[in-house]
Amino acid sequence: MSGDQKQIVRPYGDTTGDGMVQVSFTLPVSHDKRAEGAAVQLANRMGMDPAMVVHAKPMGDGFTFFVVYGRVNHLVDLTAVQVVERDFPLLSAKDVNTVVKQRLRRKLSVVGACIGTDAHTVGIDAILNVKGIAGEKGLEYYRELKVTNLGAQVSVPELVEAARAERADAVLVSQVVTQRDAHLHNTREMSAAFREAMPAGRRPLLIVGGPRFDETMTDELGVDRIFGRGTTPGEVASYLVHALITQRKATA
Amino acid sequence: MTGKLDLDPVLVARARELARRAGQPVVDLARSHTTVSVERAVLRLAGVTGADPDGIPWVNRLVDAVVADVGLGHGVAVPVFDALAREGITDVTLLAQKAAAGSVRFALPTGRAATAARSAARRAVGAGIRRIDRRRAERDRLVKRHGDPAQRPWIYLIVATGDIYEDIPQAQAAARAGADVIAVIRSTGQSLLDYVPEGATREGFAGTYATQENFRLMRAALDESSKELGRYVRLTNYASGLCMPEMAALAGLERLDMMLNDSMYGILFRDINPIRTFVDQRFSRQVHARAGIIINTGEDNYLTTADAVDEAHTVTVSQLLNEFFAHEAGLADWQLGLGHAFEINPEVPESFRLELAHALLARELFPDAPLKWMPPTKHMTGDVFRGNLLDGFFNLAGALTGQGILLVGMMTEAVVTPWLSDRDIALQNVRYVLGAAGGLHEDFVPAPGGFIRRRANQVLGEALDLLERIGEQTLLTAIAEGTFGIMKRPADRGKGLAGVAAHEADYCNPATEILEAAA
Repeated sequence: MSGDQKQIVRPYGDTTGDGMVQVSFTLPVSHDKRAEGAAVQLANRMGMDPAMVVHAKPMGDGFTFFVVYGRVNHLVDLTAVQVVERDFPLLSAKDVNTVVKQRLRRKLSVVGACIGTDAHTVGIDAILNVKGIAGEKGLEYYRELKVTNLGAQVSVPELVEAARAERADAVLVSQVVTQRDAHLHNTREMSAAFREAMPAGRRPLLIVGGPRFDETMTDELGVDRIFGRGTTPGEVASYLVHALITQRKATA
Repeated sequence: MTGKLDLDPVLVARARELARRAGQPVVDLARSHTTVSVERAVLRLAGVTGADPDGIPWVNRLVDAVVADVGLGHGVAVPVFDALAREGITDVTLLAQKAAAGSVRFALPTGRAATAARSAARRAVGAGIRRIDRRRAERDRLVKRHGDPAQRPWIYLIVATGDIYEDIPQAQAAARAGADVIAVIRSTGQSLLDYVPEGATREGFAGTYATQENFRLMRAALDESSKELGRYVRLTNYASGLCMPEMAALAGLERLDMMLNDSMYGILFRDINPIRTFVDQRFSRQVHARAGIIINTGEDNYLTTADAVDEAHTVTVSQLLNEFFAHEAGLADWQLGLGHAFEINPEVPESFRLELAHALLARELFPDAPLKWMPPTKHMTGDVFRGNLLDGFFNLAGALTGQGILLVGMMTEAVVTPWLSDRDIALQNVRYVLGAAGGLHEDFVPAPGGFIRRRANQVLGEALDLLERIGEQTLLTAIAEGTFGIMKRPADRGKGLAGVAAHEADYCNPATEILEAAA
């Protein structure tokens, strides 16, 4: 078996099969001999043996920071690796802009809102505002996206009208309040209104997001996609490009 | 001017004149309008406190009630103090409660009743402003007793757990480890709340709510730390978003020391209505001026969306505008923590020399302002080892160019909210650089005709061109057309517009009267 076809591997320090790794961590104990022993014990339990505490530094009262090098006795079986694939590729803002510009040849229009009585704009603002979330800029930052953020407490007829006026390619709706399943009722009302107002081929892509949605309920709610907790603007932008441009052209 | 860059004083004076010309129409607009948040700040200074059982502050309920009866354009002070006299009570919070219950009607008094209401309002608001004055004097005393940090730049560190009672020990630990300034990041989305939450809070999204009680708790904790450490540890929060004026008032009342306060950030990054922002900003800066608070402006944000080399001049333009608006509102140079950032892509050839040119340009243009130097964020990738090196160069640039306030960069930027050990490593980085090269700005004079001088002069030239272009239209048009960043923000759109009104002929705001009389 040649090197690049190996099924079982170990970490590599400077020799094949040496299993060497380096970790750093903090323990909530003052720095002394016992603390260093505790760090070795933790490293041993993580599968490192022998473990060398190469650096220990007291931090404030009752905390010590450690850097530990050592040989880890775990093996990695490459045939047993399982990864969950996203069903669309994650693109950078630049790539999103390029695809829209070259293949759609106009700005992609996105209309967003919190519907019903929900006044929590945290979600929709995190996705749409330039400010964004977790270091990622929101959709307003994408040069080739035209974003209309209607804000909070938008009625469904207002949303449909705005989507028509802005020739929306996609409608993003955020729902945080879940009292008496308000988020589900509101979403169904919204998707029904779009079905009624526009023929199938002309309807914008309908997307809802919020911390309490089950991402598998798209059919039941009549929407194209559901995004749950922790979704970033980059994921939404990548999905828009995938659903409206890449996939559509491929199947058309 | 210290003259390390050989800037042409005629061009520098021209840049300031153009900034004044661009900013003056906005000031005129701010002087002729009010907002619900300005009026709520006035009521807070007049002594309205607390919130209803749903957590909506009584100042909101009271302003809403006044607006429903007589509108916003007269200011709320006179109708409120007129109603107080008619009801025969002295407690404004009690009046707010009655108004919320619908048992008080508001009117615009005339003649003797109007004069009485005006002077009662002025007395009550004056008492609030005197409390701010006492807090400022208290700060002066404590700084004298405990002393300022031994070195410049001051070391600025962020805490943000969401729980004020977790923030406190973290802030105290950070101060012990060398932080001179503690900033408590706000919960995501607070800037878009049109009210200030009440009380001590233990839950937030990626930050801790800014409330008067949280301000008080943290300031008290840092007073303990100041005493323990023998240096005055400063506290920072945010006067931004829809409640900018109220945040400024609460910061003054609770002796915060610095406040984030940018003239355009809310417009560009939060889509807050431009007029609302400029009106709120002017009032908040007047309060900051009175309270002896150092403002931090937000130019670093432009560089997170735009290219740090191509758009370097937009930082300079924004700094000049922020300076103009700040001076106009009564702030002194020592209170201007003008922002800028180390955000050039490290793959760009000579990126560090470009950073030095930009940082030194800011230093030379604003020699008496403390300048807030912001660490790399955009090009921090999760490679923590490279990130730590980049932060070291950022710290070195700060030392070489004499920055006033250095926000400590974290190698785990874009990975996690900083761990205890991340902060410790980051502070070790700062201590090493300042210990090894803290005085290097004395020796660092870029060569005449060299790369750094040429680059700095080029950026100044581009800033002048942009200011000339803004001057041909107006600042509001420039913002509407997307001159800053890439966002187009028309003056008749954006959040918070409903809370703006033009002054009526009898508009009365005792806070502005007192603050402007002193200036």
